[in-house]
Amino acid sequence: MIKKVRPHVNQNEALLFENSSPGKRGYQLPPLDVPAVDPGSVLGPANTRDEIADFPEVSEVEAIRHFTRLSTQNYAIDLGLYPLGSCTMKYNPRVNEQVARIEGLAWAHPYQPESLAQGIMEVMATLEKMLAEITGMDAVTLQPAAGAHGEFTGILMVRALLQSQGHPRRKLLIPDSAHGTNPATATMAGYAVENIKSNNLGMVDVDELARAVDGDVAALMLTNPNTLGVFEENITQIAEILHAKGAQLYMDGANMNALVGIARPGDFGADVMHLNLHKTFSTPHGGGGPGSGPVAVKDHLVPFLPKPRLTRVSDSWSWNYDLPQSIGRVRAFYGNVGMHVRALAYIMAHGGDGLRNATLDAVLNSSYLRVLLEPYYDLPHHAPTLHECVFSDARQAKHGVRTGDIAKRLIDYGFHPYTVSFPLIVPGAMMIEPTETESKAELDLFVDALISIAKEVDETPDLVLSAPHDTRTSRVDEVTAARKPILRWKP
Amino acid sequence: MRYLPKSDTERRDMLRAVGVDSLDALFAHLPQEVRLNRPLEIPPGKSEYEIVDYFRARGDECASGYPSFLGAGVYHHYRPVLVDTVVSRSEFLTSYTPYQAEISQGTLTTIFEFQTMICQLTGMEVANASMYDGSTAVPEAAMMAIRLTRRDRVLVARTVHPEYREVLSTYAKHQGMPVVEVDYARESGGLDTNDLEKKIDDRTAAVIIQSPNFFGIVEDVRSAAEIAHRHGALLIYVFAEAVSLGVLEPPRDADIVAGELQSFAISPSYGGPFAGIIATKEKFMRQMPGRIVGETKDTRGNRTFCLTLAAREQHIRREKATSNICTNQALVALMATVFMTVYGKQGLRELAEHNLAKAHYLAGKLSLPFTGPFFNEFIVSTKPHTPDAINAALLDRWIIGGLPLERYYPELENTMLLCATEMSRRQSMDIVAEAFR
Repeated sequence: MIKKVRPHVNQNEALLFENSSPGKRGYQLPPLDVPAVDPGSVLGPANTRDEIADFPEVSEVEAIRHFTRLSTQNYAIDLGLYPLGSCTMKYNPRVNEQVARIEGLAWAHPYQPESLAQGIMEVMATLEKMLAEITGMDAVTLQPAAGAHGEFTGILMVRALLQSQGHPRRKLLIPDSAHGTNPATATMAGYAVENIKSNNLGMVDVDELARAVDGDVAALMLTNPNTLGVFEENITQIAEILHAKGAQLYMDGANMNALVGIARPGDFGADVMHLNLHKTFSTPHGGGGPGSGPVAVKDHLVPFLPKPRLTRVSDSWSWNYDLPQSIGRVRAFYGNVGMHVRALAYIMAHGGDGLRNATLDAVLNSSYLRVLLEPYYDLPHHAPTLHECVFSDARQAKHGVRTGDIAKRLIDYGFHPYTVSFPLIVPGAMMIEPTETESKAELDLFVDALISIAKEVDETPDLVLSAPHDTRTSRVDEVTAARKPILRWKP
Repeated sequence: MRYLPKSDTERRDMLRAVGVDSLDALFAHLPQEVRLNRPLEIPPGKSEYEIVDYFRARGDECASGYPSFLGAGVYHHYRPVLVDTVVSRSEFLTSYTPYQAEISQGTLTTIFEFQTMICQLTGMEVANASMYDGSTAVPEAAMMAIRLTRRDRVLVARTVHPEYREVLSTYAKHQGMPVVEVDYARESGGLDTNDLEKKIDDRTAAVIIQSPNFFGIVEDVRSAAEIAHRHGALLIYVFAEAVSLGVLEPPRDADIVAGELQSFAISPSYGGPFAGIIATKEKFMRQMPGRIVGETKDTRGNRTFCLTLAAREQHIRREKATSNICTNQALVALMATVFMTVYGKQGLRELAEHNLAKAHYLAGKLSLPFTGPFFNEFIVSTKPHTPDAINAALLDRWIIGGLPLERYYPELENTMLLCATEMSRRQSMDIVAEAFR
């Protein structure tokens, strides 16, 4: 029986353009206190546009109903568990939203005098310091806008370091369990990719790594714990192998939620890493961003950090542009500062001990799900896991039901699906990360749902294959969407 | 702790189910040498009240409520109340990237509307769901042009935002992408087409111009496009002030548009988060980076939306992807969507005309070194004063002045960039004009 939800009705909603009618408006400007000018005469007729054809014309009331009705067609963390592995969908504290809107912070212009921006600079400097403490690294830049952007920044710094030693080298080693952003980043930074196979425990095969590392290798990009949720036990040895050949250890910090307060990448050999503030540090995912991807480095990479850098000059904060070895800017201004405010508020709310407690609960929640689900789903790797675990659809596939089908059936039970078909090293992967902000009751409902689906697969597989049944939108034809793309509304 | 929804009894029950006797035992397999054997040096957890108090104090250390004449890529426009009302909805704020279309139609529909409105505004045929910001959209557009033309060199106008050009050069350095700057005409402040003719060649993949450019000058897009196309290169049109598109002719002659939407109800927030976009012609869409939403049907035959053309993206194509971008700026793009909806067809035009009127009122009282048409910002000569002296005098009157340009353009000493928007009051503008006397 489905305990969490009952079918519910969302209202149909036409597109804005279909609701428009000439002359309707949702705004009113104050009267002009200066003479009006004729656009054609000051800009030239050739530079002046006709009306924006088909642009919306709706009233304020219709606008708010439109967006509110559409919002009800979304799942969200505030509605329940969001068990996407590697995405760390945790609760987004509301106080963070409020403090980010404080006028002096939200309305600070990046070019306003430093003397009138000390408060926001202090926020950034404090966050840099705390992230350095959490990661065990020596310095942090907050400039990158998201995790992938942080990867790009970090790898460019590796490149600049090696260049300064004579040669940037040719390739990056990337385990086959890595996020797709890692190899894509390598290409953008001008590196070739060499895949490293995982061993049967889902960890980097140290012997294979030792064979692969030579003078051509710039760095290994490693996620730790990896995308199976497994901590790379040989991490110290991995770092030694790399360092012995002059290569760097880049750590993808997407899974840092498993380590905060327990272990620090800077202590186990990482030279450079990024963090995702929208994962570990609770800034909202917003339907796909904004994120923020700070990069933390050891001392030997500090000269290469993007510019400008925050610096203390006679008791106040200042931006230092005089950094001759810097890789340059990776983004205009100073980064997604509004996200920095939120992340600092999160760290302050927890405090040092609280952050560690959050990690403990995150791993407890994942371990609990693993134990309760293991009798029903295949667990291909048996190494101990931390914040997430990866099952496969091997048992259900015998009935023709795949991970994507089970995921869609979970929706009927009131849950967002887990991460489907990733990591690629597990065929039919079901990757589950509950995070620490789930109650036991919510986890129990989720376990009930997955057990019930496992039974359905045995007894009535068609029910699962045709899911979801109880949603406003039934299964979506993604193939036609890609084959015959319709990417905008037309009258 | 208020963000951890478990009692100790529940924790004990769960540990028992897992088969360990303490939380620490969950980490027993971590090698001793990697473990942190001391507490993090971070002060103890604080109450909500203390957190609000701390950030209020930081806010008080920043300028608050000052009339400001800074633009230069970040603009003070009014944010309609509806914007925060909508983006504060949990269903938008706390949802993930809409991979699961059946329970993400809210986000998907608004992105589809966003893409449509960006096309309507820019005169392009397709637009993506957002980039990090304008500055990173520029190198992504350049790399797209390189893939499309199979050429390796880009020309960028010196009047493209200096920080956008810095980002472009960071990206270009490691891609074997030479970047050559094209000068501006000393009289108009617009693109020097003679210099462009001189520098363009058959290796040139793209010509990148910004309009209104960093000096506020509206560029002659058609001429730039004509020159680029005559040499088989693409024209990339960059905009940093999106409100200008309410009145400016859309860049139909461009091949790729790379823009910044901060002007559409996105708080300055000391430089971010903002939202960039890339828009282009339909024939180029498979080389466009970033997420894209498309229309399709569900099994019941209802119109529905989903993420599409994923074969370009990193999670499918890995090292062969068009970009490494994953998380973008969805919620910020939603702010822009609500803004465009609230103002709509008439409102965006009227708003643009108010900006035009305010800027021309202020400019009329000052001395402008360039003759080109401008939208809401412009360069002024500060002579006989220095820009710093004028800004200091204005700060004494609680007004933030303009951006001195010498730092970015050494030849433009004793000039500053001033911006007036619908937020600029006549009274403050009169004080600014006074300071130049």
